[in-house]
Amino acid sequence: MSEAREFKYVGTRSIRPDGFDKVTGRANYAADLDLPGMIWGRILRSPHAHARITRLDTTRAEALPGVMGVATFKDFPAVSTEEFQSGEGSTALNDLARNILADDKVLYHGHAVCAIAATSEALAEQALDLIDIEYDVLPPVMDVADAMKDDAPLLHEDMFTEGLEEKPSKPSNIALRFELKKGDIEQGFKEADLVIEREFYTPTVHQGYIEPHACTVRYDNAGTSMVYCSTQGHFDVRAATAKLLDMELGKIKVVPSEIGGGFGGKTTIYLEPVAMILSQKSGRPVKMVMDRDEVFMASGPGSATRNWVKIGAKKDGTLVAMQARLCYEAGAFPGSPMRPGVMTVFTPYDIENAFVEGYDVVVNKPKVAAYRAPGAPQSEFACEMLINEIARELDMDPIDLRLKNAAREGTQTLYGPKLKKVGLVECLEAVKASDHYRSALKENQGRGVAAGFWFNIGGPSSVSINMNPDGTAILIEGNPDIGGSRASMQLMAAETLQLPLDDVKPLVGDTDVLAYSGATGGSRTTFATGMATIQAAEDIVRQFKERAASTWNVTPEQVEYANGTVTNTAGDDSMTVAEICAGADRTGGHISGRGNINARGAGPSFAVHLADVECDAETGRCWVVRYTACQDAGKAIHPSYVEGQYQGGAAQGIGWALNEEYIYNEDGRLENPGFLDYRIPLASDLPMIETIIVEVPNDFHPFGVRGVGESGIIPPLAAVGDAVAGAAKINVTELPLSPPRVLKAIAEGASA
Amino acid sequence: MATVIFSSELQRITGEEKTTVDAKSYRELIDSLTSHYAKLDADTLMAMAVAIDGEIIHDPLLESVDPNSEVHFLYRISGG
Repeated sequence: MSEAREFKYVGTRSIRPDGFDKVTGRANYAADLDLPGMIWGRILRSPHAHARITRLDTTRAEALPGVMGVATFKDFPAVSTEEFQSGEGSTALNDLARNILADDKVLYHGHAVCAIAATSEALAEQALDLIDIEYDVLPPVMDVADAMKDDAPLLHEDMFTEGLEEKPSKPSNIALRFELKKGDIEQGFKEADLVIEREFYTPTVHQGYIEPHACTVRYDNAGTSMVYCSTQGHFDVRAATAKLLDMELGKIKVVPSEIGGGFGGKTTIYLEPVAMILSQKSGRPVKMVMDRDEVFMASGPGSATRNWVKIGAKKDGTLVAMQARLCYEAGAFPGSPMRPGVMTVFTPYDIENAFVEGYDVVVNKPKVAAYRAPGAPQSEFACEMLINEIARELDMDPIDLRLKNAAREGTQTLYGPKLKKVGLVECLEAVKASDHYRSALKENQGRGVAAGFWFNIGGPSSVSINMNPDGTAILIEGNPDIGGSRASMQLMAAETLQLPLDDVKPLVGDTDVLAYSGATGGSRTTFATGMATIQAAEDIVRQFKERAASTWNVTPEQVEYANGTVTNTAGDDSMTVAEICAGADRTGGHISGRGNINARGAGPSFAVHLADVECDAETGRCWVVRYTACQDAGKAIHPSYVEGQYQGGAAQGIGWALNEEYIYNEDGRLENPGFLDYRIPLASDLPMIETIIVEVPNDFHPFGVRGVGESGIIPPLAAVGDAVAGAAKINVTELPLSPPRVLKAIAEGASA
Repeated sequence: MATVIFSSELQRITGEEKTTVDAKSYRELIDSLTSHYAKLDADTLMAMAVAIDGEIIHDPLLESVDPNSEVHFLYRISGG
């Protein structure tokens, strides 16, 4: 996008096309589909965090009248160590299988062991009690620091650390070491007038989507099997299910339901292959729905981390050296988002000397999954807390310190390339100019500011648009709508087709009706699927001109198109889109357009947040009294949805900072697997989150889009963390800042 | 000649921070690098994304490379 342009629809706050169905209860979520003859599947889960299965006998369960199928790990016919690419990156296929149903060991409390299908959910539950299972209980490893010790109990006796110069001789819980460096870190610290280092802890957190994992699956021996489920990427569900069960890809149809939240947690699979096995064995459609405690225990949360950061600065605020050692919990199988944590930790800063090493470490917790900007909130929390401390030590305004060192166009990143045009400086300046930043704090209140960076990605997207004979359009995208993609595709299509917004009906198509589309994630959909939408719409406009040209016996170049009407520049003819489409069968058949792309040129999105927090020193309770979220959208296609993304990211980050954590007992059992004890922020807990949309266009998108789904969850951890530090007058190095932790810190401060 | 800058991990294989390559395309670039560095295999490089002049490309098979391009190999980025 080279210069500012005027839009008719893009940038407006249109009524969301999915809204009516959702508020009237007509929308169908994953648990809403019932099929004739359908039965229910339930899963037996491990009560232990770490144990070897010594006996598994399902004889008594299978003898129960009404039980129609049993599934165990042995039902996976072809499981290799092949790396499987999915929406959240790559996973070894055998790890994926062993996470879905345990092999010889259970590796976390809630790990699935065996599944049973029966004619009712209650009967399936009853049958689970008849499974004879015995365990040899092993010591659990529940913290990344413990897991990295030489004498730690091993989760996988055959796992050797990768990424070292020489292959180690002993197995380890450390799956991978990864490093990035730039410049001369030792020389950089020598040049510093001030050097500060701290270690920070962030807990295991859940994405907190309201809709649990659920599916209904119908195996078809002769034709196409069907999976109906809640997912961010139904094409990846199809691929993973086919791989795990050695089925033909083209003989599985995955239909995405409406989705009640994902945030990265629905980019992998848990139930679908199990339901397929049960359906195959029983000859019936099988429905499986996780209970809330199963979602917490056995779906993929975000990594807990222990991250050490050291930063050196000159007296004038120039940052001269940045170093970090980042340790990420992967859960039971390798694959934490450590690498993106390493790549993003210092990206908001133009720094000459940096060195970061990261470790991907297995522990006896559920295998982590993606969670909005996976890996970045944890590492950037540590960096941003230290930046604020440096500002205080140097008596500088924290935004001025950031502006002095801010990454901008041309900055060489630690992860490699120079940044293209980005909007960090604009975000910092917008927050500094805000009424919020100029407002005074009250007693017992503190203020924190923090920046956040996420890459955003492109990737494959497919869209088709079919014109109806009345001139209206059906737009089919291949991306489940988790954040407003139907609304934004509708706007971009209407803009390009120059048709009334209501004449474009957006739908999400299943795997049988479209070519492959990557998952909805990585802040990619408005960017990449938007480009596919624009391409499909341009394809249609081209055909409008060709049809009119053939009708008028002129060349397409002699036809102009504007606002739903084609005109003959060589004569005085004109036709509306409705007339072209009504007569399309006489000019070559009905009209459809398609866009199949592998989008490149994703534009990074920087965010800057500002938090005011008040603290009750008697109880340790801290709460947000004012909050501003500012972020570069490139171009906000639907500003209300963009603001919603900013507010949602902020709310989740605030929860991460103040309340949310998995609490395990000494045996490794999860003690808070429910929303009562794992408390995400409610609307009543938060003030209205103020938003500032910065628009520094991404030149690689026709309308300037960057993508806004992820960066907004990064800054809240440090913005709130630093605000609590100020309000409670404590040092903050651990999250969440729950009342017990804050009270303890206050007491330690008082005694000190 | 395009300039290829290696990450610290790739430097363990190449033994140097950067090199220049006479290549007009991504495929020529890979061929040139793997023939120059005996321990650098094509699979390792092609499993990675590439940034050409700051633009990150996950599937660069058909990309062209300009004589003045700056090229980095980096791990593929996903998201949530």
